Amino acid sequence: MNLSSLVIPALLAGVAVCGMGRRVDVYGALTHGAEEGLTVLLKVLPALVGLLTAVSMFRASGALEWLTGLCAPVLEAMGIPPETTPLMLVRPVSGSGALAVGTDLITTYGPDSYIGRVAAVMLGSTETTFYTIAVYFGSAGIIRTRHTVPAALAADLTGFLAAAFAVRLFFGT
Amino acid sequence: MAMTWIWSGMVVLSLIFGLLTGRLDAVADAAMEGASSAVELSVSMAGVLCLWSGVMEIMNVCGLSGGLARAFRPVLRRLMPLASRDEATLAALSANVSANLLGLGNAATPLGIQAARRMARGCGGTASDELCLLVVLNTASIQLLPATIASVRGASGAESPFDILPAVWLASALSVSVGILTAKCLAALGRWRR
Repeated sequence: MNLSSLVIPALLAGVAVCGMGRRVDVYGALTHGAEEGLTVLLKVLPALVGLLTAVSMFRASGALEWLTGLCAPVLEAMGIPPETTPLMLVRPVSGSGALAVGTDLITTYGPDSYIGRVAAVMLGSTETTFYTIAVYFGSAGIIRTRHTVPAALAADLTGFLAAAFAVRLFFGT
Repeated sequence: MAMTWIWSGMVVLSLIFGLLTGRLDAVADAAMEGASSAVELSVSMAGVLCLWSGVMEIMNVCGLSGGLARAFRPVLRRLMPLASRDEATLAALSANVSANLLGLGNAATPLGIQAARRMARGCGGTASDELCLLVVLNTASIQLLPATIASVRGASGAESPFDILPAVWLASALSVSVGILTAKCLAALGRWRR
């Protein structure tokens, strides 16, 4: 038995005991949360259909190889696998788009491959930057955003670099 | 609109490249396969995603989000001293950060917007240094359990879908720190120029 097999059952039991200790309706909360998960999935499914279609076509036509080759010299120098180029391009613009491109990478190269892991960590450690900026400043009535965009993009770029670095650190290549 | 351009661009480029490379048959097959794989994937990740969303909801009603919000108050007071003078803004800010950590995106955004609105009062459409910082914090993902990604990994046969967690935490921490540092430096640079 390895330690990671302990984490999931222990987490589930721990949450249940903690909830009962606080006299919370644990089962009600679980099903309510699961319903939320389903809502997320329903929202993302139509976008996933459209985008996975486009990404698969893009890959099959050879256009993806061309794009990857174009960015490869710069990315290799930074230690980022060039296969993740499309993910990094879509990530700041669209959340469901990034999920589709990331999923394509994970299934093509395998979830436990270096590229598959880097794609997953990139998805987990960055956000839909431009969408978030538009939502926040739009609803707060801000026109001059000053240094928000450069700072947010610096964070994204660090996230991409750090994703590749962290995967090499924890799993090797 | 951005996605209209990206999607159309990809489809058109696929057609052109398919014609040039003579792989048009493969492109046609890929279009059909891509569409059905989207549904297959969604179905196979549904279970894991719903389970973890449920677990997060239990943690939420147990008061974990409240506790996290309390823990982040001192940090936020140091990061945004002006905004934190207003008690309601500080409450919304800390609840926003804790909801982000728990991956409760639907709860985090309204809280963050509430804080942003209070901070934008009387600024005449120009973002203050602290408002820029709030938005930068929200564009950098800080999530303890990335359930969606773990369920994609699980659906495509990963040995243990959550084994990327330490790597995600490290990458997120680095990305958030650089975002905060860049925002602070650019704000200082702006003051120095004036």
